[in-house]
Amino acid sequence: MKTIIGILGLFIFFKGILLYQKKPLEQSITDGKEVYQDFCIQCHLDTGMGVSGVFPPLAKSDYLANNVDLSIRALKYGMSGPIIVNGEEYNGVMQEQGLDDVEIADVMNYILNNWGNEFKKMITEEKVASINK
Amino acid sequence: MKIKFLESLMIVVFCLTSCISQENPPEIKTPDQSKFSTETVIDGIDIPWGMDFISESEILVTEKKGTLYRVYNGEKVEVKGLPEIYNRGQGGLLDVALHPDYENNKIIYLTAGVHIEGDAGGNTALYCGELNGNRLSNLKLLYKGKSNTKKGQHWGSRIVFDYKGHIFFGIGDRGNRDVNPQDLNRDGGKIYRLNLDGSIPVDNPFVDQEGALKAVYSYGHRNPQGMTINPETGEIWENEHGPKGGDEINIIQKGKNYGWPVITYGINYSGTSITDKTSMPGMEQPFYYWVPSIAPSGMAFSSSNVYNQWKGDLFVGSLKFKYLEHLVIKKGKVVKREKILNDIGRVRNVKEGPDGYLYLGVEGKGILKLVMK
Repeated sequence: MKTIIGILGLFIFFKGILLYQKKPLEQSITDGKEVYQDFCIQCHLDTGMGVSGVFPPLAKSDYLANNVDLSIRALKYGMSGPIIVNGEEYNGVMQEQGLDDVEIADVMNYILNNWGNEFKKMITEEKVASINK
Repeated sequence: MKIKFLESLMIVVFCLTSCISQENPPEIKTPDQSKFSTETVIDGIDIPWGMDFISESEILVTEKKGTLYRVYNGEKVEVKGLPEIYNRGQGGLLDVALHPDYENNKIIYLTAGVHIEGDAGGNTALYCGELNGNRLSNLKLLYKGKSNTKKGQHWGSRIVFDYKGHIFFGIGDRGNRDVNPQDLNRDGGKIYRLNLDGSIPVDNPFVDQEGALKAVYSYGHRNPQGMTINPETGEIWENEHGPKGGDEINIIQKGKNYGWPVITYGINYSGTSITDKTSMPGMEQPFYYWVPSIAPSGMAFSSSNVYNQWKGDLFVGSLKFKYLEHLVIKKGKVVKREKILNDIGRVRNVKEGPDGYLYLGVEGKGILKLVMK
């Protein structure tokens, strides 16, 4: 009897871990693609190349690779003023898009792992939540 | 022999002009920019989406993320009492317009993305309220597009009056082009006409059509971004964001179908085709379409004499190429296009003030007044 309860307990324990496991990276990238096509593609384009001098590129962007936290903050709270991306100056306005933390994590994972970009760490909802204005 | 030569020359010229030029004529010119200048009316507004004039020196300005400013003497004060704004994607606080009898009733109108009625997401709504000082009261919801959606695109929306007791406003296709714009039973992709109190005019085009939304005035639109009255003809002129190469100017007529997405001159921004049709019986042709797309925003006619030779001409802001476009229209055709204030920034709005000058809403800046040196 004790063993049965023990096995049952273990089963529930592992099931719980499975259920609580975070969204896998691949799923996050897939969901992020949808967010990208809805909210970002108009300016940054489906190539991630943006428009030279107007909308900065995300593909192979040194600014994005070196400023992941700042980029998350820009998605959460908006961003304006001059920045240098791949040697070119941009001085525009990107307003917050009204995305929730999960959507921001997903779209970050998409842009960080697309168009030849590669980022070792997965951006999680918690990570997004921890970034302040 | 001579005729043969001329013929082949003409063919060569025709081929060259039609093959090389990807631009829809007339070709845009960039005149000497040193004669154009601006004065800052107010700064520190990220996206000055809409504006209207209380007087020559006092302006209401919306900031897309949800703030309405009352601007006077270079200072801006926030107006309180707005509805809760749903700021998502291209939606947020959009246009503002004074009631034609504002002087006596203090009523203003707003269009905005809102999340009401329970289901997830939002849609465009038209409100009116009474503006006393810096406070809006007696807020009334006059219209709300259904249903809500979490899509970020295409909310519209400008507000204009025809001075026959009607208010017009638009709602974009809300990112659902295959469902909304051609279905008269659904909101989105429409221009609406209401009486000033929000009731439905009895002579609206679809009041007798079963199931159709009674407020609809025209349909088949993608994303109306500019709308104004032509002061000479009284017609309503609208511009809208099309797909790539399909931005349009339309003259809005009662009950007409402007064709989106069944006909368009544009293609998807990804480069794929939407439709091979640019015309169909029963669908209106645009007055003009831009190739390449300029991402038009606000639109205004110059009706004053403050700018030499510009009376009667049309002005449209370009978000994409960061200039104000000047269009000269003769006999129902655009005959000349030129860039004014080249590289000024993303021009979100343009409106003629009571003093006859053109006022621009420029992203990252605020409101600028166009003056000649």
